Amino acid sequence: MTTIAPEAPRVHADDVSVATIDSSRIKLDIQGLDFFYGKGQALKSVSMSVARNSVTALIGPSGCGKSTLLRTLNRMYALYPGQRATGRIMLDGEDILRNGVNLAMLRAKIGMVFQKPTPFPMSIYDNVAFGVRLYENLSKSELADRIEESLRRAALWDEVKDKLHASGLGLSGGQQQRLCVARCIAVKPEILLLDEPTSALDPISSAKLEETVTQLKSDYTIVIVTHNLGQAARLSNYTGFMYLGELVEFGETAGMFTKPVTKRASDYITGRFG
Amino acid sequence: MAVSASRIASRQIANLVFAGFCILFTAFALAALAAILWSLASQGIGGVNLAILTQDTPAAGSTGGGLRNAIVGSILMGVEAMSIAIVVGVLAGTWLAEYSGQSRYGSLIRFLNDVLLSAPSILVGLFVYQLLVERTIGHFSGIAGGVALALIAAPVITRTTEDVLNLQPTALRESGIALGTPVWTVTRSILWRAAGSGMLTGILLAFARISGETAPLLFTALGNLNFSTDMMQPMANLPKVIFDFALSADDNWRRLAWVGSLLIAATVLAITIIARAFAKEPNRS
Repeated sequence: MTTIAPEAPRVHADDVSVATIDSSRIKLDIQGLDFFYGKGQALKSVSMSVARNSVTALIGPSGCGKSTLLRTLNRMYALYPGQRATGRIMLDGEDILRNGVNLAMLRAKIGMVFQKPTPFPMSIYDNVAFGVRLYENLSKSELADRIEESLRRAALWDEVKDKLHASGLGLSGGQQQRLCVARCIAVKPEILLLDEPTSALDPISSAKLEETVTQLKSDYTIVIVTHNLGQAARLSNYTGFMYLGELVEFGETAGMFTKPVTKRASDYITGRFG
Repeated sequence: MAVSASRIASRQIANLVFAGFCILFTAFALAALAAILWSLASQGIGGVNLAILTQDTPAAGSTGGGLRNAIVGSILMGVEAMSIAIVVGVLAGTWLAEYSGQSRYGSLIRFLNDVLLSAPSILVGLFVYQLLVERTIGHFSGIAGGVALALIAAPVITRTTEDVLNLQPTALRESGIALGTPVWTVTRSILWRAAGSGMLTGILLAFARISGETAPLLFTALGNLNFSTDMMQPMANLPKVIFDFALSADDNWRRLAWVGSLLIAATVLAITIIARAFAKEPNRS
């Protein structure tokens, strides 16, 4: 259940409203997260919860920190010296920002799909098998089953079942993106991070990918960054609006899009800026 | 705003002029290449016979003879040089592109590699002469020749490997990392594959570069009038034979020099064409 912070009437330009989620439904709990690119601060004390088996959308103008927030959740930033995060991100009661977290295991639990499709330069089959082979020692038939299952869930199976051994680079952009989703879920993660997954796709491919996401949300906890407000409204259960590194408003999507609490979220959603 | 017809006309003329220059100088470069290939073919083909492969270099004034000792020597030293240079070059280029980041060691090594890339090959020969011929082995040898050639080939491979890896999109690396793949596995299984044809091109460039190198071999492998596969002994090689024979007054020697040149050019051309054909294959099905 969501409760809206009551002390935020719609008057101040700098008001903030972050709803809390019932603790039994929380999958990821972000607490006081600051993020720095060198000396520049990109996230300012962001606190929000991500509910289990639901879609959480992050919206906001370019450069507001949505993707940065997403990239802290699987610690992708750890690749780059000079980028650091402070605060806490609790996943099932464990702080993933802590030193000594096994990043490979963390990333096996938290999959990510990027803005542009990134098929690996190998066959469709090997693309999907790539992550599985890192973690599991499956027999040939078990692996084949896993690959079929993943491609079916990503709604790509029917289009590629006759050419599994053709190169993944030969697929269309939309198919490549669904291949990336299949590759991601083949590892059986618990959380999926989608970073503007449809921004490089045509409308029909975008619609297919949205359908895939809708089907996945019963089994996965999904966080999606999007510039497409319609997409956020269609797909998500919860929405966070970010602005200049701050989480301005967070709450149930239905409420956010019909009756935003803060002035900045209201202005953004009604198209007054951003 | 009004469209000025004279401005459009002058732009079209400028365009034509520059396009004309481009075509002219491309034709000039291609004509030079064609002239080289033509003279090699016309002067060399006449001298080709089976004895080239079965007999060794003849003494001055004699007839017949072949290039067997030089061909075998060049192949042995080429294999040695490329085995060293590919390992060193690919690993060094990969380190520069994937691991060195913004570190000072990275820029230092990149700079030194660029220096080595343009170092005169005769200096490389002298260096290996000091290191191996004089101080370690004590005499000229095939091993020293291979090492000298490797020193010339490795910087080329390092540079091209780094360049083509840098061309790979960051998102490709990150999507490997996002699956929990160790960086080394991402590099090996994803990036090397994605950059494969470019890396192969670099390796071929390096091979082409060393296949005609003479100066570094003068001080290292020296040459050998007899057939030898002992890498610890002086070793015959095509560039040195061409160097010795081409300037002589002996007609038979000059014929062999042309044949040797043709052989080198044909080998480089053939390997390039074959490898290009293979390099195209992995991308699209």
